[in-house]
Amino acid sequence: MISFVFRRLMSAIPTVFVVVTISFFLMRFAPGGPFNLERPLPPQTMANLMATYHLDQPIWRQYLTYIGNALTGDFGPSFIYKDNTVAELIGKALPYSMQLGSMAILIALVGGVLLGTIAALRQNSVLDFGLMAFATVGVTVPNFVVGPVLTLVFAVLLSWLPAGGWGDGSAQYLILPMIALALPQLAVFARLTRGAMIEALHTDHIRTARAYGLPSRVVVVTHALRGAMLPVVSYLAPCAAALLTGSAVVESIFTIPGVGRYFVLGALNRDYPLVMGTVILVAIFVIAFNLLVDIAYGLLDPRVRHD
Amino acid sequence: MAFMKSRLATTILLGSLLFGASNALAEAVLHRGNSGEPQTLDYAHISIDIESFVVKDLFEGLTTYDAKGEIVPGAAESWSMSDDGTVYTFKLRDNAKWSDGSAVTAEDFVFSMRRVEDPKTAAGYANILYPIKNAQKVNKGEVPVEQLGVKAVDAKTVEITLERPTPFFLQLLAHQTALPISKANFEKFGDQFVKPGNMVSNGAFKLESHVPNDTLTVVKNDQYWDVANVKLDKVIFYPIDDDAASVRRFEAKEMDLVYNFSADQIKRLRESYGDQVHVNPSLATYYYTFDTREAPYSDVRVRNALSMAVDRDFLANEIYSGAQLPAYHLVPPGMEGYGEGAVPDWASLSQIDREDKAIALMKEAGYGEGEKPLNIEIRYNTNANHERVATAVADMWKNTFGAKVSLVNLDVASHYAYLQEGGKFNAARAGWTADYADPENFLTLNVGSNVTFNYAKYKNDEFDALMQQSNEERDVAKRMEILKKAEAILSRDQPIAPFMNTANLWLVASRVSGWSDNAVNSHLSKYLNVSE
Repeated sequence: MISFVFRRLMSAIPTVFVVVTISFFLMRFAPGGPFNLERPLPPQTMANLMATYHLDQPIWRQYLTYIGNALTGDFGPSFIYKDNTVAELIGKALPYSMQLGSMAILIALVGGVLLGTIAALRQNSVLDFGLMAFATVGVTVPNFVVGPVLTLVFAVLLSWLPAGGWGDGSAQYLILPMIALALPQLAVFARLTRGAMIEALHTDHIRTARAYGLPSRVVVVTHALRGAMLPVVSYLAPCAAALLTGSAVVESIFTIPGVGRYFVLGALNRDYPLVMGTVILVAIFVIAFNLLVDIAYGLLDPRVRHD
Repeated sequence: MAFMKSRLATTILLGSLLFGASNALAEAVLHRGNSGEPQTLDYAHISIDIESFVVKDLFEGLTTYDAKGEIVPGAAESWSMSDDGTVYTFKLRDNAKWSDGSAVTAEDFVFSMRRVEDPKTAAGYANILYPIKNAQKVNKGEVPVEQLGVKAVDAKTVEITLERPTPFFLQLLAHQTALPISKANFEKFGDQFVKPGNMVSNGAFKLESHVPNDTLTVVKNDQYWDVANVKLDKVIFYPIDDDAASVRRFEAKEMDLVYNFSADQIKRLRESYGDQVHVNPSLATYYYTFDTREAPYSDVRVRNALSMAVDRDFLANEIYSGAQLPAYHLVPPGMEGYGEGAVPDWASLSQIDREDKAIALMKEAGYGEGEKPLNIEIRYNTNANHERVATAVADMWKNTFGAKVSLVNLDVASHYAYLQEGGKFNAARAGWTADYADPENFLTLNVGSNVTFNYAKYKNDEFDALMQQSNEERDVAKRMEILKKAEAILSRDQPIAPFMNTANLWLVASRVSGWSDNAVNSHLSKYLNVSE
């Protein structure tokens, strides 16, 4: 097990390196640069800026400098948010996104598995159809619709909750963005669980368990659900990586100071270091969660064992 | 027992609520929506209005704006100008102090202006102060910063020498690029002087905290010379770039001011909030530029015909719901001493007559129906409103001339990079917002030698000569006449077709007092107050 984790971590290094390299060069193909603004800068100023940020050097040298600095933990200054380094920006914003994201994952996972299981146990009942219709709506209605509707109802009309902002980070500020983030994922988890549960309930070992006269609750929770968790856990990896690194849409609707907006702002403003920083962040999260999922597989399914 | 506990909890809760409430009552806090995160708080690097709103609450230049947007003394209490108009001497206020209690000195101003022009600083707006002697040379690295024409005569006297008389120089000094920072503070913290805890400032407020994309909080600066007249204790800036989210937070009464919400909301908001909705004409022009290097746009008749066929009233009223005003010339109204700008002769016709004239003119040039076909590509930067304008203009050109019109949009960086680098085009959207309230700031965009901003590549010697002459004219009224003559040439030649003057949209909650709409869009928090 330990050697498995070690091997996986070792193989992650070249992966991150390739991601960084491709992103670095791909980004430079986008027309315009960080200092092409609606109000163009005079040529002299432009030259001064390019020199300050070493953008006047050949691109291979910029690349080597970047890699060299990144290895020492220096991800460069942000071109747009000039008062901050990329590490500072992401470091300040990530805790907000992670706090919100982890709660959203928890709601989505627990809620989704619960609803999916109920639907599977009452397959083809009115309850099943109702829950799945809700899940379909959850997946298809985008959160840029759900978010504003929630604020209009609960903040503007009813004045129960704030319309946005992080405030002091207390629950009242987080409820609406959490729901908007969790809802689509909850729907996916519910559908996945339902499908896998229906399949699991029809397998031989469940039939055997029932034949032994085990209580229905034990059959469902310890035997069927355990097998049904595999697809859910596989989906958990990309879902967690996405939610923990923030959503540009939800963060901007609820004005949350998270890291999600930096993906969009970085790319639109050609803030090369900021884009690289966010790319590396996501790469690390995706790799880490895939590893966690693989470990979880081994625990859930005796057929998958890592030595 | 359980009952007892909950009673106790309620008492504690109530107590803390009351305590919180009494605190809130004592403090006057303005919740100021700011439509975007400042990219920096460094006066040398800020470039847009939402940054200057924050920075000008923190720092005060030699001159500043009053609530109505007129130039008034700031850190300087008075000044004098030499007879030839090239040397200004500023007397700093004796009680001008930094927020740490140290005195604001002439040396601070010298240091700050040198820093802006120093090529190592790479200040985006260094050119604003180019009228100062040697500024451009310093900025290009041709002469050392010590040769910049700004000098400390004594601790409280700043002397600024100019390259040539610059009639709008006092306006320039109110620009963020001319703000001072404390030399001692910068020497201590370097570029990190902008961080809360490090920053000292000489304006009405000082920086308390800054969480990017969440809030930026400033509190009253008790060292400010005019602190007796500052009514707010605290201003919280909310850097919300999502227009709809800002409006919702205003409607939920979480914000007192909202800046630049979406124009299509005007009607609905007016119905609900009446005069809390402010549509405030600004010194900004929305225009299309034609590539004058190539046929058919090299033909003045074609440019005029295309310009005439555009129904400005439709664009301003239907697309922008009255949030922009129809325009027929480049210099926006509201420039002190300039009056009405020079419009083309066809501006007085009705839209139907303009269209008839346009068709005739286009025929004369040999284009349009029955003549050479007209294929026009409109380029604009990606934005819902710009797209609606482009679609409408395309329709007008199709209907009037039977032209084939295609639309191309790029994100804002790519769009302007293309125009700036001299890329070929047919017609392209552009806009300009005044850096200072003077017609020169707009007209100079079309000078032949202006390689960056003259997208049309327009070249007219008479126009260039008039612009040159205006720089040398000392008499204010005569200078304005010269500028108007220059604008008349521009209106005749239509290298650009001005469509609209932009308005700034503000939501101002009724609890806010001291607000005054103005064309320079200057709204220092020091003039504002809030009631409970």
